[in-house]
Amino acid sequence: MKILVCISKAPDTTSKIAFTDSNTAFDTTGVQFIINPYDEWYALVRGLELKEANGGSVTVLNVGGADNDPTIRKALAIGADSAIRINMEPKDALGVAKQISDYAKENGFDMILCGKETIDYNGSQVGGMIAGYLDQPFISNASKLDMDGNTATIERDIQGGKEVIQVDTPFVLSAAKGMSEPRIPNMRGIMAARSKALVVVEPGAFEDTTEIAEYILPAAKGACRMVSADNPAELLDLLRNEAKII
Amino acid sequence: MSILVYANTAKNKVHNSAFEAVSYGARIAETSGYTVTAVVVGNADNLDSLGKYGADKVIHITNDKLVDFQPTLIAEAIQKSVDENNASIVIFSHDLSGKSIAPILAAKMSAGIVTGAIDLPKTDGEFIVKKAVFSGKAYAHVKINTDKKIICVTPNALEKKEFNKTATVVSKSFDLGDSRLKVLEQKIESTDVPLTEAELVVSAGRGLKGPENWGMIEDLAKALGAATACSRPVSDMDWRPHHEHVGQTGVAIRPNLYIAIGISGAIQHLAGVNQSKVIVAINTDPEAPFFKAADYGIVGDAFDVVPKLVEAAKAMNNA
Ligand SMILES: Cc1cc2nc3c(=O)[nH]c(=O)nc-3n(C[C@H](O)[C@H](O)[C@H](O)COP(=O)(O)OP(=O)(O)OC[C@H]3O[C@@H](n4cnc5c(N)ncnc54)[C@H](O)[C@@H]3O)c2cc1C
Ligand SMILES: Nc1ncnc2c1ncn2[C@@H]1O[C@H](COP(=O)(O)O)[C@@H](O)[C@H]1O
Repeated sequence: MKILVCISKAPDTTSKIAFTDSNTAFDTTGVQFIINPYDEWYALVRGLELKEANGGSVTVLNVGGADNDPTIRKALAIGADSAIRINMEPKDALGVAKQISDYAKENGFDMILCGKETIDYNGSQVGGMIAGYLDQPFISNASKLDMDGNTATIERDIQGGKEVIQVDTPFVLSAAKGMSEPRIPNMRGIMAARSKALVVVEPGAFEDTTEIAEYILPAAKGACRMVSADNPAELLDLLRNEAKII
Repeated sequence: MSILVYANTAKNKVHNSAFEAVSYGARIAETSGYTVTAVVVGNADNLDSLGKYGADKVIHITNDKLVDFQPTLIAEAIQKSVDENNASIVIFSHDLSGKSIAPILAAKMSAGIVTGAIDLPKTDGEFIVKKAVFSGKAYAHVKINTDKKIICVTPNALEKKEFNKTATVVSKSFDLGDSRLKVLEQKIESTDVPLTEAELVVSAGRGLKGPENWGMIEDLAKALGAATACSRPVSDMDWRPHHEHVGQTGVAIRPNLYIAIGISGAIQHLAGVNQSKVIVAINTDPEAPFFKAADYGIVGDAFDVVPKLVEAAKAMNNA
């Protein structure tokens, strides 16, 4: 079973957010980057579990610059067999998906696992786009994935509930909570990661379909209005007559 | 030229998030002079309401292959509708359906897409869509460069406006590809409003001490007509069902009112709720970070404050 896991990096949620270049670029000074949690905890770990049960390989792929290599190494330390970095600053989701799908087309995978979204831009785009480019089925927000031969049984979140579906390989899936439990890399994994291949591939041509025109910081929040614990009814009064929302 | 809106349905009804999306399209149409076409897949007994929220026309797609949720085939049907109606903008709700279908369509149409829009696009010269980024700690203005554009609108982000049009309904079947997903089983949750669409939300955290204490939270939610939510540790410990978990790793919501009871206000929690219009924090600790994100606050013990709130809400309902 040949599995491709798409990993993106994201700033740790506790990072201070600031911008440079007249508010058109994210200021990465002092920012701690992590593997996007959905990619690491669910897509990668479930991919590894399936490989361990059924044989095959797990390749992680990132579209990004050389500064992503330490983040990619962490995925190797957790257990991925090899890594690919497509050497391009990811600016436009469609561009990222095009590069990934071109690579996947050439190399053929039984399944491509993504996270349901990145925690910085919350796009929920790249997985579906890869499926669109490759003309493969797309299962979004999957919370369970089991394989029997070439047939996958998947639980997915749908509007208003959950659904169990079946689909044959190849397919593209976006992973949500429930797929697996996070794994912490151990010393052996970290050592082994050093000798694993991290192959850098140059991107194909693509014209970005979107770009960030400007970042804006929200206006400072006004002070919190305190209500006495002795008279909670006043809170409802304020919500009705001042905030006018109940 | 026209604007196409995917209007999703659930339980034989066009969904509220679809009305928001249609109204969003109609507001763009107001200034651009485009017509608004809503696309509905499957049966719904309230198709008329689409006109109310601004649709000029409804394409009702009836195709046996679409009985189950098949994002690829729905994208194909929408793309055919885009071609037939010369649409230049396609709108989805940024809900679980939109998140599945819209990216496929973007790849198929080579169309620039912005998901999670929270305002109408700016269309003077450039086409710019605003969205929240970095856990709500900033906004991004994203420019779409392509002629065809796709926007997924965050549920509950914009007022839905009434236009009171009468939409003409056209039925279509379309010749679609193979359905490759086979649905084995559906687990549809009870009839409550899904959390992502709730206008009022009462949420509680580890401060509640144990699952046996959620009765008063449910009572308060019921008295206010609100949905219930919880922090991550609470769902991790199985005190509450997983679908109630809000935050960075749970669902992101944007209700008009979010009441946080016994929740500290960690950034990972705030990431999922800080776009709410009004936030109330109730916490024993006056230094709890939630008070910095809140509009109203009560420093007090939930076990004392919440029952009083329930009584006050009931009294208000009876007044
Ligand atoms: C990568 C990552 C992702 C995460 N994602 C999420 C997420 O999506 N959602 C999420 O919620 N968390 C998330 N977390 C966890 C988050 O950091 C916090 O640990 C969590 O939100 C704390 O939950 P809590 O506020 O319920 O509990 P606590 O932090 O234990 O806070 C309990 C609060 O209750 C108050 N309290 C105690 N007794 C009472 C009483 N009787 N009456 C009133 N108040 C009382 C206390 O003063 C305290 O403020 C994530 C963490 C990480 C590292
Ligand atoms: N630059 C990238 N490189 C590799 N995979 C990515 C990249 N960006 C996004 N992805 C994958 O696509 C998923 C959804 O991302 P997004 O559409 O940006 O929310 C992520 O969880 C990753 O699995």
